[in-house]
Amino acid sequence: MASPPPLHLAVALDGAGWHPAAWREPRARPGELLSGRYWVDVISEAERGLLDFVTIEDGLSLQSARPGEPDLRRDQVRGRLDATLIAARVAPVTSAIGLVPTVIVTHTEPFHVSKAIASLDYASGGRAGVRVRVSAARHEAAHFGRRDFPALSLADRARSRAAGLVADLFDEAADYVEVVRRLWDSWQDDAEIRDVGTGRFVDVGRLHYIDFSGRWFSVKGPSITPRPPQGQPVVAALAHGSVASRLTARSADVGFVTPRDAQDVAGIVAEIRSEQRAAGRAGELVHIFGDLVVFLASDRVTAGRRKARLDALAGAAYVSDAAIFTGAAGELADLLLDWQQAGLTGFRLRPGAIPDDLEAITRLLVPELQHRGAFRRGYESPTLRGLLGLPRPASRYAVA
Amino acid sequence: MSRPPKQVHLAAHFPGVNNTTVWSDPKAGSQIEFSSFAHLAGTAERAKFDFLFLAEGLRLREQNGRIYDLDVVGRPDTFTVLAALAAVTEHLGLAGTINSTFNEPYEVARQFASLDHLSGGRAAWNVVTSWDAFTGENFRRGGFLPQDQRYQRARAFLHATWQLFDSWRGDEIAADKESGLFLADPRAGTFQYRDAHFDIAGQFDVPRSPQGRPVIFQAGDSDEGREFAASAADAIFSRHGTLTAGQAFYADVKGRLGRHGRTPDQLLILPAATFVLADTDSDAAELAHQVRLQQVSGATAIAFLEQLWNRDLSGYDPDGPIPDVDPVAGEHTIARGRASVRMYRDPVATAREWRAKAEAENLSIRELIIAVTGRQSFIGSPASIAQEINELVQADAADGFILVPHITPGGLDDFADKVVPLLQERGVFRTEYEGSTLRDHLGLAPLTRAGLPRRAAS
Ligand SMILES: Cc1cc2nc3c(=O)[nH]c(=O)nc-3n(C[C@H](O)[C@H](O)[C@H](O)COP(=O)(O)O)c2cc1C
Repeated sequence: MASPPPLHLAVALDGAGWHPAAWREPRARPGELLSGRYWVDVISEAERGLLDFVTIEDGLSLQSARPGEPDLRRDQVRGRLDATLIAARVAPVTSAIGLVPTVIVTHTEPFHVSKAIASLDYASGGRAGVRVRVSAARHEAAHFGRRDFPALSLADRARSRAAGLVADLFDEAADYVEVVRRLWDSWQDDAEIRDVGTGRFVDVGRLHYIDFSGRWFSVKGPSITPRPPQGQPVVAALAHGSVASRLTARSADVGFVTPRDAQDVAGIVAEIRSEQRAAGRAGELVHIFGDLVVFLASDRVTAGRRKARLDALAGAAYVSDAAIFTGAAGELADLLLDWQQAGLTGFRLRPGAIPDDLEAITRLLVPELQHRGAFRRGYESPTLRGLLGLPRPASRYAVA
Repeated sequence: MSRPPKQVHLAAHFPGVNNTTVWSDPKAGSQIEFSSFAHLAGTAERAKFDFLFLAEGLRLREQNGRIYDLDVVGRPDTFTVLAALAAVTEHLGLAGTINSTFNEPYEVARQFASLDHLSGGRAAWNVVTSWDAFTGENFRRGGFLPQDQRYQRARAFLHATWQLFDSWRGDEIAADKESGLFLADPRAGTFQYRDAHFDIAGQFDVPRSPQGRPVIFQAGDSDEGREFAASAADAIFSRHGTLTAGQAFYADVKGRLGRHGRTPDQLLILPAATFVLADTDSDAAELAHQVRLQQVSGATAIAFLEQLWNRDLSGYDPDGPIPDVDPVAGEHTIARGRASVRMYRDPVATAREWRAKAEAENLSIRELIIAVTGRQSFIGSPASIAQEINELVQADAADGFILVPHITPGGLDDFADKVVPLLQERGVFRTEYEGSTLRDHLGLAPLTRAGLPRRAAS
């Protein structure tokens, strides 16, 4: 049997971990979540595990257990820092792991975000990515006062009015990513010439207006920031549901999906691949990563006990949009390889609690996968694109 | 009894995208690689400077309808670089220029609050007010703001962000594992701000940062800009660094503070300053001339002339005489994306002065531009420069200087090694950082807890 292609592994970081009671674990550091040191420690641990990248969650409002509105809870982590700045703070003191902050496209400027991620790419030596998210939340819109969204209950989301809004937000997100990408290309790699003879610092023929004009915005360009080291930093998006998966198929390099089992994987992957062909990207490498919340230990009983303790503290069994895995590292390795067979190219694990579940990933799961020949034993590339097997593209504006 | 000498404040300005920065020199390095920023920040911190400063412009400059290619082009995102620099420095203040027209208060507040957290209280914000439609073409709203409303919006923007910064008192996070209480006040961060420019409300999501608010800088020069600074800023980045102009500006701005219920020690005046340092004064003078020749090539001289004349002068010989035509009056169209073109408030009169000077001294276009633009602020031996800086500060022409090296990124190294020790010997510059926040370095009192704003609203 041919050995499977190498598995890609990322972790999704959010505060003290994804379980709402994670901050109460003995080793949690809930008082340090707003410090640079905390994020350096956590992401350095992920780097010791040779993971492809970390994503950093973000939002433009206080965290809430109630979708789309504040919950006024006192018993969960509330308050956070801008994810792009966290990634930047960590970039100079890490050396190999990809850094993928979340950006909310609905209320921000593609021009600012394009140069921010390009600058993260410079500060990290080619390890930047961005995970794009839309926001339909009314209270987040009110923080900006520029758009008014209808109040949407969960039940509403199925209705056509809500569906229309959501489809619009994702179409806007696709335009946004298009602008961000064009701006990254707006300087050809060789635009800076420093030609002392003619006194010209740049060759203006190698700087390009992007002249984007769409339904929501137009952007002239070029970027103020030269083309980043990777050319095109990695774009990622959550891809659950057909509207979201179309965004991944059209615009992203990595999509995060939330299958329940291996059979589910096959269906989801088929849908995205078909959207990918429809978007004219059949020949391009688009990663599809499975999202899993993990409560992990060296044996199933320990993991289960910890999960039960956390649920008891929270007063309810943890639920998630993603499948929840509770068990031993070896069992998780089985599951990952099984789902990989079904069509996934990698996984984004959401540690239930930090540092316990993160360390279980880097110190138990990774060696297990290495042992099976399914995961790298050292970083093979200095760039995130390189780790993901994505070639460095030429600028779309470069004439061959 | 004489008063003790004033302490000098010093900051490092990352070399900009204008002709002050000499990119043609063999020593000139990258304007965009992170290592350049880390180098300058490292030098500034080694020299115990107050802060590092980044300028910003959100559209590449153009002249005669083309992207301007004679100066350094290309800058990074301000917040991203400052947050990365927080990782490689420990004390240095981190000041970023962010404009109040093409941003929104909620986002800027969370970025500065995040930077202040991630740097342990070292963030500063230079509030600038570009409004033009040219820059607006890169943003969702386009050129939406009339020029005469830019300071209104800036003021409203600043007050909105203050409300956001102050929406957390600083004691709300209990994070008590035992009891399970994380957030003592679930309404922390509640805000509401409404005026002609903004209508925003909700809950801010970044808890109070070490400084409470970032240090506020202002860099406008008009009467409105000065008034804005007097009402709201902690420091002014000015272009008036000579004795007479500096003293006039200093007296003018500090004189405005009383009207806003503020005292002179609450606003620092920090002019931009360039320098050329050599072992002796005469070596420095010679070197300064060489640097001016590097800064003003023939092509650059014509470009400068066009910026004043507001017309295409590409047919003129830089080694020949000044054009005898007058500048085109009215709206400036030849150079775009450049704040300095608005410096010439009466172009026709300035052009006549320049022509008279060129005729009297028999100067070519290039020689004239070398003479009338951008002469270095400090030229001399380490001892001369240290003395001049100290004298200007003690004479209330400034509270210190924001130094703009002309070489990236090593242009501050000699200053750090040779001039700073002399200022330290005179007892007018710190030998160690005494506090941990930028407010500490600047000698500004800590802010009172939110809810009790230190300043009266203007
Ligand atoms: C020393 C100095 C530095 C400045 N730096 C910037 C800058 O980095 N970015 C920017 O957009 N404007 C910058 N400006 C422009 C001012 O913010 C302001 O827009 C301009 O001076 C016009 O305003 P005024 O009419 O009040 O002078 C600077 C101005 C001065 C005096």
